[in-house]
Amino acid sequence: MSLTANSSRDTVPGSTTLWLESARKHRFALTLVFLLILPWLMPYEALAVNILIMGLYALGFNLVFGYTGLLSFGHAAFLGTGAYACGIAIATYGIGWFGGIVIGTAVATLTAAVMGVLAIRTRGIYFAMVTLALSMCVYYGLYQMQWLTGGENGLRGVNVKTISVLGLELPFINPTVKYYVVLAFVATAIWLFSRLLASPFGAVLEAIRENEERAKACGYDVARTKLVVFIISGAICGLAGALNALHLSIVPIETLHYTTSGQAVMMALLGGMGTFFGPFIGAATFLLIQDVASSMTNHWQLFVGMIFIGFVLFFPRGIWGSILHWLEGR
Amino acid sequence: MKTHSSTTRRNVLKGSAAAGVAALVSPQLFSIARAQTAPIRIGFPVPLTGPFGAEANDQVKAAQIAVKEFNDAGGFEGRLAELMVRDDKLNPGEAATRTLELIEKDKVNFIVGSLSAAVQLSINNVSKERGVIFNSISQSDAINEAKDWSKFTFHEALNPHITAGAVGRYAFGKFGKKVAFLTADYAYGHEMVRGFQRVGKDFGIDTVADIRHPIGATDYSAFLPRIQALQPDILCLCNFGRDQVISITQATEFGLKGKTKLVAPVLLYTARQAGGDAFEGVIGGTSYYWGLESQIPSAKALNDKFRAANGGAVPSDYGALGYAGVRSILEAVKAAKSTETEKVIAGMRGLKYDWYKGPQYYRACDHQSVQSVVIVESKHKDQKDKNDVFSVVSIEAPDEAKLRSCDELGHKA
Amino acid sequence: MIGGFTLDLIALQLVTGVALGAIYVLLAIGLSLIFGLLNVVNFAHGAFFMVGAYVGVFLFGLTGNFWVSLVITPLMVGGLGLVVERFLVRPLYGRGIDYPLLLTFGLSYVMVEAVRITFGLTGLRLPTPPELRGAVNLGIGYFPLYRLFLIAFTGFIVAALWYFIERTRYGLIIRAGASDPEIVQVLGIDIARVWLVVFAIGTGVAGLSGILAAPLQGVTPEMGVPVLAEAFVVTVVGGMGSLGGAVIAGLLVGIVVAMTSLVAPDMAKVAIFTLMAVVLLVRPRGIMGRAGGMG
Repeated sequence: MSLTANSSRDTVPGSTTLWLESARKHRFALTLVFLLILPWLMPYEALAVNILIMGLYALGFNLVFGYTGLLSFGHAAFLGTGAYACGIAIATYGIGWFGGIVIGTAVATLTAAVMGVLAIRTRGIYFAMVTLALSMCVYYGLYQMQWLTGGENGLRGVNVKTISVLGLELPFINPTVKYYVVLAFVATAIWLFSRLLASPFGAVLEAIRENEERAKACGYDVARTKLVVFIISGAICGLAGALNALHLSIVPIETLHYTTSGQAVMMALLGGMGTFFGPFIGAATFLLIQDVASSMTNHWQLFVGMIFIGFVLFFPRGIWGSILHWLEGR
Repeated sequence: MKTHSSTTRRNVLKGSAAAGVAALVSPQLFSIARAQTAPIRIGFPVPLTGPFGAEANDQVKAAQIAVKEFNDAGGFEGRLAELMVRDDKLNPGEAATRTLELIEKDKVNFIVGSLSAAVQLSINNVSKERGVIFNSISQSDAINEAKDWSKFTFHEALNPHITAGAVGRYAFGKFGKKVAFLTADYAYGHEMVRGFQRVGKDFGIDTVADIRHPIGATDYSAFLPRIQALQPDILCLCNFGRDQVISITQATEFGLKGKTKLVAPVLLYTARQAGGDAFEGVIGGTSYYWGLESQIPSAKALNDKFRAANGGAVPSDYGALGYAGVRSILEAVKAAKSTETEKVIAGMRGLKYDWYKGPQYYRACDHQSVQSVVIVESKHKDQKDKNDVFSVVSIEAPDEAKLRSCDELGHKA
Repeated sequence: MIGGFTLDLIALQLVTGVALGAIYVLLAIGLSLIFGLLNVVNFAHGAFFMVGAYVGVFLFGLTGNFWVSLVITPLMVGGLGLVVERFLVRPLYGRGIDYPLLLTFGLSYVMVEAVRITFGLTGLRLPTPPELRGAVNLGIGYFPLYRLFLIAFTGFIVAALWYFIERTRYGLIIRAGASDPEIVQVLGIDIARVWLVVFAIGTGVAGLSGILAAPLQGVTPEMGVPVLAEAFVVTVVGGMGSLGGAVIAGLLVGIVVAMTSLVAPDMAKVAIFTLMAVVLLVRPRGIMGRAGGMG
């Protein structure tokens, strides 16, 4: 496999500019700054919120894909169950918005645990296919449960007009307020993510990705570590799903489809897999290209496709990966 | 933490303070209050790309005719209409995002559009929460029901209940009582079956099979031997678009037409063109067929305008709905002498109109457009040209009694 | 009678399943061949299938003869495959499995859109050849002649491919190249040319299944999308890279779909993915799979 390992370059001495080192140390702060100003860079706020949520989704996926070397094709199941559980809690059972987010994340975590236990012993392309098959079972399962999920029509009525935070009523319907409320959750998640990577657990991940056999020989419980990573990744994607339900006020059944899993792969690859900031760059690029191209031409898929091909051929490290590589090469 | 905490005055003040701060830091820093001469903006999300791209492009062309008509007549107090077309990609999530864009960034006055049940419900949910009128131009029963409906919701298109009912009333008396159903397994398909069954009770039909197939299936051969063995008088194909083309093609291949009459609640003009001779003899319902022009003057008027603007092409069923959906709103603006939402709602509720297919009006309780259903039969051998695909065999006049009652839909009297 | 169905109906349903499986088999063979020998997961496989149907309609319009189109279509689609392999896929060998996957994903977008621009959005038709219209009595009931032809023709193609790979000199080189590319290179054989040919055969067969499916389901730019997922399932169930596995799994999936459709029609699609999940959990490499993949 040819995963772009970048964190191992942390130790490369010499010409690597000092500020790049410090940037890596403050990766969370720098990502946060980018996300704080994102709405000003985007044509409209709803798109910025989409980027935030899909970026978090790609970040969660990247933990499994870029940092551990497992190609999953079933992450839509976590985004989807997170969204449905949060949406159903709010729309059907009248639970508050915060409770909805907690429930959504919890249900997605549970789904990840079940899928992980079943899938983790397969490897390579078969891991991708088992996760794909299991996530499609989730898709068809929820599709058939029309009384609960709305089936093909999707779940409607996840309507949250105002939210109260510490006694303050915020108009969630205002797009700017909505963006920063969502950002608060996303920021918390990526801060935890950053801490995780810096912890001893992060070092184990790196060891597994570099050489699974050697990691095993060193006494690491590889299977269990992979399972834990898979579950954490599912939780992050579930949070993204719950936020998406609040953002769109609906949950489309398409959220669970394998094409949504494919999107995570595309965004991670486009941004630069195994990089901290890459998923957000990937999500922003992916959604922005589609948005801009589709408002200019009905044939937007032609251009999106060609851009993909161009990236694979000429920038295989992804956007952020290529930038890092170029900076390091100087 | 609860969403619906009691709204004390203090909270409201805090809330508006927060809103004020939000407005200050909003990216749209200088959102200038709209002047009197500002255009009347109509958001138009339709699936320009994807399997219904042909219909969606037709919807846009027809909607543009309504806008041009309005503007050529001077607009409303000098304000011209502007159509803001967006591609919803046939995806409810994309549609919700685009609707947010149209409302929050483009500040549209109204929204018209959609070409799928799921997408219209998504647009409806977003726009009703923000108090923006949405006139839906695609079919669904759910949007009429109290759970999804709001006073901002209008439904220009037919719904499965009316369409299936009309087709059933026509077919069950003529072709026999032994009926089989082949249904796409989603809400829209189930709604059509329900419509047929309701009418079927009056006719005393015998349902010999009710088979659900996955939506988007490419092969129906696995269902057809069983249907063939049952030898029904009528096979109702409760599916849509590509599913319909493929299932009719394969039913013909299996030789079902020998003993069984094929019936489709919604027979699409474009699907018929794509399906070709396999459609021969298939009976179905539609909201509009250009051939109505021989008996209905307003249909002739729309066709002529459409032909002039599009090199002789005629509008399809869903295309014509794009025209009607936009025109209803613009006429209501004129009638209400205002673009304010509440007044335009009142204006639309008061409309008695004939834009393209004979008399119509919106029912008071659910804003469903009460209208005629056209029953057509597919031609083949005696086609005059490529547009001449149907013959109109019956027109069921608009009648509120044929709709599900307001009570049944959950609307308080 | 079993469960309310006559034995004749069940038998007929079985035949239906085999006919259904025939298309799956052809699709999966191409996918499996390309994966097994090139280690490329071809996400544009459905697009090649779709292009095959369009090329078929186009040639039929020119020649008015279904059989001529049937012969030329796979050659033309295979030719397109040659170009794609040479200029797009070849630079990616040795870079891991993700990059060809992403590239072919992008390529499928381009192919679908190019077809939309060239042939329009509405879709076209390819009439069933007159010789194969109608239904024949199998003793258990009437069955469409065209679908019987489909079963026989698939059998012929599978036999021909098997002979080519297992019994010819070139097939030997292909098999050797799959198990050890370096040795083959040392022996002075241009392995790049072998891969080129394999990619062309795989995409050519995809194009062939496209023209064969066209009379059954019509021709639309999106027709490759659902097919891709199903072809993946069949390939994985059979074991990626295994010709025999693709045949067995294709027929198995066809029969499972047909039988589920009889008993619980709305579960027909779930059944495909449940089958795949079960097979993979019990036998992670598929029915006939070898060790391999990217693990």
